Amino acid sequence: MSGFIEIFFRSVFIENLALAYFLGMCTFLAVSKQIKTTLGLGVAVIVVEGISVPLNNLIYNLLLRQGALDWIGLGHLDFSFLGLLSQIAVIAAMIQILEIVLHRFVPALYNTLGIYLPLLTVNCAILGASLFMVQRDYTFVESVAYGLGAGVGWALAIVALAGLREKMKYSDIPEGLQGLGITFITTGLISLAFIGLAGIQL
Amino acid sequence: MSLKQYVTTPLLKENPLTLHVLGICAALAITNSLTSSLIMSAALTTVLIISNATISLIRHHLPSSVRMIVQITIIASAVTVIDQLLTAYLPTAASTLSVYISLIVTNCIVLGRAEACAMNYGVGRSILDALGNGLGYSAILIIVATIRELFGNGSLMGVRILELARDGGWFQPNEMLMLAPSAFFIIGFMVWGIRSWKPEQKEQPDFKSVVLPREVEGR
Repeated sequence: MSGFIEIFFRSVFIENLALAYFLGMCTFLAVSKQIKTTLGLGVAVIVVEGISVPLNNLIYNLLLRQGALDWIGLGHLDFSFLGLLSQIAVIAAMIQILEIVLHRFVPALYNTLGIYLPLLTVNCAILGASLFMVQRDYTFVESVAYGLGAGVGWALAIVALAGLREKMKYSDIPEGLQGLGITFITTGLISLAFIGLAGIQL
Repeated sequence: MSLKQYVTTPLLKENPLTLHVLGICAALAITNSLTSSLIMSAALTTVLIISNATISLIRHHLPSSVRMIVQITIIASAVTVIDQLLTAYLPTAASTLSVYISLIVTNCIVLGRAEACAMNYGVGRSILDALGNGLGYSAILIIVATIRELFGNGSLMGVRILELARDGGWFQPNEMLMLAPSAFFIIGFMVWGIRSWKPEQKEQPDFKSVVLPREVEGR
């Protein structure tokens, strides 16, 4: 259980996907103008990461890795080169199913998250979390912690940036720096602050 | 537009990174070494050319309802091939780049060019467009990597250029350039530079100051 909590906090603060690994940057910089929008997007990312990382963990460990097919006597086959293709397919399919299910059963939530879900198929934070999970050889329980932690960390980062950008609307920024330029520099400063957490031992 | 312009426009005028904010995801993390950046640039340009050419070839047979998933599958296959080649022939580089090569799949430049160019135009134009965008992306990556590796570590592609103070030389490296945030600062200032040079790329400010500045209600 302590491993679960450690992985969760590590992935939220120390190995933050957005600020330490630069994943999901396109969405991060483009959709961070208002706190309200980023909250919706953040929740969508947490949900998708929380489901897709454990799901990919199961598929990788039960079907793709070398020796995984022992139960039908094909243990010598190594399908791990199909990992990337299967992960992106799982993510795309899962998001599609989630969209349909939410639309049918929880329309209120669908109206909030609906517009962000299709965006997330090509968000590198989602695919990146699955790839890191495979690279670090997490077990199923660890992958649940990692998926949730990665999602929460990303959501936290984008809400923080949106909060700063809302305040910055009224500041007098040099012309060429307005918009994209100042957003980059602000993100750099937030990221620098997060590095301060790197020395913490859990 | 002439053929040459398909290649040259994305280099500076419509650079995918600094104007359209596409594909920065993986771009920043690997720019602390020039070697990784060169490999990354080559990998991305190759994937872009393969995917643009393939998608452009089959564009008339793609029903629009499933086009996204077909595009992603084509891109993911191309990336898998590149990834396997790198692991086989350049194992050290592949382990430094770790997941970032695989993440080319979700690089918005690749899917963006597939949607914007390969779905609408012939193979020749798509390949040139892919080449131009790949080079535009590479240019930014190489500039950032040169600054970061030269001033952060005193070397270029692993070759020592500036003698470090800790080894008895004169150069005190800026350790921050080796850390993640410096890439944001460098790209931020580059965007500033490009936009001051080419004012048509500037964004409209959200607010204009009024003659009598007063507090806005509800803030």
